Amino acid sequence: MATTSQAATAVATAAYPPGHEPVHNYLKEPKGIKSWLLTVDHKRIGIMYLISVAVAFAIGGILALLVRAELFTLGPTLMEADTYNRVFTMHGIVMVFAFIIPSIMATLGNFLLPIMIGAKDVAFPRLNLASLYIYWLGMLFALSSVVTGGVDTGWTFYTPYSKETGTFVLMMGLGVFIAGFSSILTGLNFIVTIHKMRAPGMTWNRLPLFLWSVYATSIVQILATPVIGITMVLLALERALSIGIFDPALGGDPVLFQHFFWFYSHPAVYIMILPAFGIISELMGTFSRQKVYGYRAVALSSLAIALLGFLVWGHHMFTSGQSPLSSVVFSMISFLIGVPSGIKVFNWLATMFRGSVWLQTPMLYALSFLFQFTIGGVTGIMVGALAADIHLHDTYFVVSHFHYVMMGGTVVSLLGGLHYWWPKMTGRLYNERLGKLSALLVFLGFNMTFFVQFIMGSQGMPRRYYDYPDMPWMQPLHQLSTVGSWILGLGLLVVLVNGLWSLRRGKLAPGNPWGAVTLEWSYCTSPPDPHNFHRTPLVTHGPYDFHAVLGGDGAGDGHDPAPIPDVAVGAPQESVSVEDGTTQPTQPK
Amino acid sequence: MYERTEFWTEGASLWLPPQGSTTAHEIDALFNFILWTSTVLTIGVAVGIVYLAWRYRRRSPADRPVPVKESKALELSWSIIPTLLVLVVFFWGFRAYVGTSIPPVDAYVVNVKGQKWFWTFEYPTGLNTDELVVPEGQPVKLVMTSQDVLHSFYVPEFRIKMDVLPNRYTYVWFNAPARGVYQIVCTEYCGTGHSNMGGHIRVVGRDEFYEFLRTGGGDAGADLPPAEYGEQLYTSKRCNTCHTVDGTSATGPSWLGIWGQPRPGSTSGVVDDNYIRESVLDPAAFIAPGFQPQMPSYEGQLDDRAIGAIAAYIRQINGAATPADLAPPGGAAPADTLGTADAPEGGAGDPSEPVGLDEAQQNE
Repeated sequence: MATTSQAATAVATAAYPPGHEPVHNYLKEPKGIKSWLLTVDHKRIGIMYLISVAVAFAIGGILALLVRAELFTLGPTLMEADTYNRVFTMHGIVMVFAFIIPSIMATLGNFLLPIMIGAKDVAFPRLNLASLYIYWLGMLFALSSVVTGGVDTGWTFYTPYSKETGTFVLMMGLGVFIAGFSSILTGLNFIVTIHKMRAPGMTWNRLPLFLWSVYATSIVQILATPVIGITMVLLALERALSIGIFDPALGGDPVLFQHFFWFYSHPAVYIMILPAFGIISELMGTFSRQKVYGYRAVALSSLAIALLGFLVWGHHMFTSGQSPLSSVVFSMISFLIGVPSGIKVFNWLATMFRGSVWLQTPMLYALSFLFQFTIGGVTGIMVGALAADIHLHDTYFVVSHFHYVMMGGTVVSLLGGLHYWWPKMTGRLYNERLGKLSALLVFLGFNMTFFVQFIMGSQGMPRRYYDYPDMPWMQPLHQLSTVGSWILGLGLLVVLVNGLWSLRRGKLAPGNPWGAVTLEWSYCTSPPDPHNFHRTPLVTHGPYDFHAVLGGDGAGDGHDPAPIPDVAVGAPQESVSVEDGTTQPTQPK
Repeated sequence: MYERTEFWTEGASLWLPPQGSTTAHEIDALFNFILWTSTVLTIGVAVGIVYLAWRYRRRSPADRPVPVKESKALELSWSIIPTLLVLVVFFWGFRAYVGTSIPPVDAYVVNVKGQKWFWTFEYPTGLNTDELVVPEGQPVKLVMTSQDVLHSFYVPEFRIKMDVLPNRYTYVWFNAPARGVYQIVCTEYCGTGHSNMGGHIRVVGRDEFYEFLRTGGGDAGADLPPAEYGEQLYTSKRCNTCHTVDGTSATGPSWLGIWGQPRPGSTSGVVDDNYIRESVLDPAAFIAPGFQPQMPSYEGQLDDRAIGAIAAYIRQINGAATPADLAPPGGAAPADTLGTADAPEGGAGDPSEPVGLDEAQQNE
């Protein structure tokens, strides 16, 4: 095993190409706001998406706090029914279309994909910038609908109500339609990138599992998103021209809208969760320092979920009046799709077996995910069971189920991923103690808000209720949930403070604070060079071959350690320590 | 007699309401099976997380774990066993669904109309009520349709639910063995009054049920003066969903301060009996300025006597009640000829004078 002095020598003698020292990173160069707004650098695009979705999340989150606050007491608490109906609708629309759909793919996906495969950028960098612009344009339309009073149809826009309501459905539908193209083009870009731009030695079997998820999600984005676009166009035509496709008075069928809507929106939930699965794979691997158990099963299950996801939309419509036979078929396939998700959870758990588990903030979020996604998954089984769903559909039980998977799952995974890749993206270390505090508050607040909602739902509390005059005895349960939302909000505030603080006062990050062995950690400075690498990397090991890359201690499998990377780290390892007294893993010797 | 007024009511468990119908236990058995297997699985995962994270915690930054040899047998078993489990749950759900959703052939049929924002129940006898009254131990089938947007008819205590659509009939059925009052809630978002669209199912003894059919549940207001009957109808027919009587505007104009007032955009000019009648039977004919066309027609739901009573009530709250409005029925009620009403002609009449209907009238 090499000694510290040898490592120091390696640092001292590693030479950066002139003009590509770590201080010339993608954040600093090129300079100026115009260079950001006209950039084709995937990393800068990822950062701009990150800021955008963070703003969307804040808006959607405030709307959520308003919803829960209104329900704190019977009768009007803060607002009247019409306002409440707009608030919960906008919460759903902003959170689904402006936040969660692009959340992981457009931020972390954009930032990491080229680096993880050893490429300079995505296959179509200008198209990538176009995706960002289109997203912004869609958001502009949605925002214009909000400032003129918003929409009150629920994010699901069911007809006939969405046809006749006086609120600004047209503007909002247009916003959704436009933003959809952003999603489609990003998916296209990513698929081509993964197929055509992998560095030498980066075989499909050496792809980090995050990228298998990104690939599967991209397929869904391309195939499913056009359907919501068409659906919004049809709704707009119905409202503006009364073409009569959904209006029974004109010979149309309101349930047809539901089929159109859910044909996209069910695959959409897999767009939301698959990238989150990918992040968890990375976190479990790195923070157990053990390869992810069952690489092939985890990779292929993502594809299985992506494809099966197109066949289950009718499970949102068991009580819609659709035929019982179709309900039976949809229920059956929905159960089958639960199996690959369950397999992943077992694989991730097994990853810790005989590993070296490091409970840093990203790992705390990952473990929260495992617990919360399990609950979300089993309650999905519950509502997939036909007879049970008759009782539970359109109640708080369903609301809690999807918040467990979307928030307890995707958002928590995103937070874990953000903390994990923060040093790489910003060149700064966040404060680990604040990070752990945020993970605790988010965990406690989230479960306090939503677990009680399962009970409220199975006791009969319907969704989208402004008030509950027929069930006044629900009030204490509502109050418990609302207080939980305040704790959750506080935890998220801590995340924001931690992030912003670190940009000014955080310690400079080394190239590989976590001891991970994927390309972004072992071959890139923190932050990366504008071109990611100085030379095309040659990949000689798998994404979780910690034992090989970090140096054997004699008890390994006999393989030689990989060559010392030709990119020196941002700061000498020995001088870097994290504030809470934990030590960083030592660099490759 | 049963009516749920608190969380911990007789028969309720932590997760489920009391079983108010004969099929509820089938749903509950499935629910409880899934609940308990899920609890075991979730606790298993939680224990696994805590144990593995503790047992294999990092002891030194130099830790280099040996790669684990993967077991195909383990991977296969945690793929196959969950698949079998979900298939069991699927079949159970399917059987219970079929078993509980087909009504018995001898079910008593009641038609249900959902509209913004109340339910109306129509019995085979032609009786229309706003509360569903049924005999205990009798299978009842509800044939439902909507007058406007999607609604959903949900009775948590019976474990029944079905969306109510404007272009079709959908149905649910139940058999309630125990007397009591059970809660109906609308559970498909339908606008402003969605959370106020509750109703009741009153399960009564057989004799009481026949009495109810005969008298219409006391809805006929046979013994009431018109104004009092109108006041009763104001709540029982859910006019109060959209109209206040204290002057504040809601979805619709308040009933206070309107009697005798001019109505712009109309040649007859004032709010009078015929305006009330027109508003009830054909509300879309004239929308008061500043309001949306939201009111459904009550054609067939309110008979002439009821419409007259509502007008009488409106007169009363506006301080314009006539002696006839306040006189108990039984004896010739002088103003009981609204059935042949035509709109009054020309300018504003004196609000304190009853709008006599023996004057020559012309339709608007």
